[in-house]
Amino acid sequence: MRVTALLALAWVALLAGCSDESRPVLGGDAENGRLLLRQFGCIGCHRIPGVAGATGNVGPPLDGVGRRVYLAGVLPNSPANMMRWIRDPQSFGFETAMPDLQVTESQARDMVAYLQELK
Amino acid sequence: MLDNIQSALAPRGPEAAGILEITWVLVVGGALIFTLVLALTALAFFAPPRWLAGKGLIIGAGIVFPVITLAALLIYTLLAAPRLSAVEPADVTIEVVGHQWWWRVNYLDARGEVDFATANEIHLPVGRTVELRLRSADVLHSFWVPSLAGKLDLIPGKDNRLRLAATEAAVLRGQCAEYCGGPHAQMALFVVAEAPERFEAWRAAQRQPAAIAAEDAADSEAASGRRLFLSHCTTCHTVRGTRAEGELGPDLTHFASRLSLGAGILPNNRATVAGWIAGNQHLKPDNLMPEFRFDSGELRTLAHWLETLE
Ligand code: HEC
Ligand code: HEC
Ligand SMILES: [Cu+2]
Repeated sequence: MRVTALLALAWVALLAGCSDESRPVLGGDAENGRLLLRQFGCIGCHRIPGVAGATGNVGPPLDGVGRRVYLAGVLPNSPANMMRWIRDPQSFGFETAMPDLQVTESQARDMVAYLQELK
Repeated sequence: MLDNIQSALAPRGPEAAGILEITWVLVVGGALIFTLVLALTALAFFAPPRWLAGKGLIIGAGIVFPVITLAALLIYTLLAAPRLSAVEPADVTIEVVGHQWWWRVNYLDARGEVDFATANEIHLPVGRTVELRLRSADVLHSFWVPSLAGKLDLIPGKDNRLRLAATEAAVLRGQCAEYCGGPHAQMALFVVAEAPERFEAWRAAQRQPAAIAAEDAADSEAASGRRLFLSHCTTCHTVRGTRAEGELGPDLTHFASRLSLGAGILPNNRATVAGWIAGNQHLKPDNLMPEFRFDSGELRTLAHWLETLE
């Protein structure tokens, strides 16, 4: 009996955890984004849950990046800022190993749709 | 497009088709005989005893039937065998050398000398006979492109020959099929079967050294990338047309023209190359290339240059 009650409590807690503050979204096709993260080679530098072969560790792992507060330590995390970062990481006035990969706006939007789901 | 790129059930050549046919004959034939035995067993339990009495059944089903069936199968597979190893001279001869954990691919000329080298990717003309000479630089490996042919081992000190042909244009994947230590599971390769004209164009381009002079004028980032390469990577890699003549790792002369990176494990582009140089031990643990700690700008520059090696 007690075990069941505990389990139920844990489940409720989990659900509550899922539904807190949600960020503004820009739309985009998360499934396509998942494929693009592989195709563009982001997997060579990042660990990304759910993307095949993404074992890179040159940059930060992207587990939980949807909840991260600052991107690259400086940019407040929002879908729009993440898109700017992905499209041109060299444009923020500091050196980073992440290259400009010529990602188009709609491709970046799809990638962001996937990445923002990683809580 | 990438469906069935590594499947013995989707043959793209006569050898693989022959193996698949034998497989079906054995599976379906075996299933029929199994059903028959089950039926006889059921009869033994439920039919009137006299149905199965007498020596006829023992002699017929116990001796004559297996002898005839096995003899027929033997003849069938023996007849199938010559189809698997044609005798006429091959149109293209390629030496494939297994290394821990990548494939050196040497195209040979008429005299059997190395015409040019590449790695982890084999191109072949559709409809022509290709002979692969399989050798190993270290331990046992096994060459297996299921859509084209059965497995054949690469044995140190031996020169195993595998003949195959592709019947249609396709990009196929192969995999080392003999445990060779460490990242064996990440030792794959791609086979690009293409129309003979396209193959000839590819071969002519691969013979050329890397186009360096033209690039210097046009692209200063590439020039500094090349300088970094020449000061850090020449002990292990060759780029024809430069003084990089190392042999411990894959030939990179036309690296950017290849589909994959790290022996088939990653798509090949500027991002994955940068990731590979800085972090290959995470992507392919224990592979024999060290990781490099360049400044981030240098890393991007070097990756940029490698991607100009079309
Ligand atoms: C050559 C390696 C490399 C490649 C390729 C690469 N990144 Fe990065 N990435 C980095 C590094 C390093 C950082 C950390 C940047 C910093 O803090 O200055 C980073 C940071 C990020 C961040 C911010 C994460 C955080 O929490 O700070 C995101 C999001 C990101 N990359 C997405 C991508 C996407 C999407 C791609 C593919 C289009 C990609 N990266 C390709 C190296 C790479
Ligand atoms: C100690 C020898 C060694 C040095 C030095 C070395 N490499 Fe490598 N490299 C290798 C080996 C071995 C492989 C094959 C790894 C594998 O797939 O298992 C490899 C693979 C590669 C590949 C992938 C090739 C392919 O077709 O998959 C690239 C690109 C590469 N190296 C670039 C570089 C660069 C750039 C440098 C210099 C910064 C460098 N290497 C220095 C040994 C070396
Ligand atoms: Cu192996």
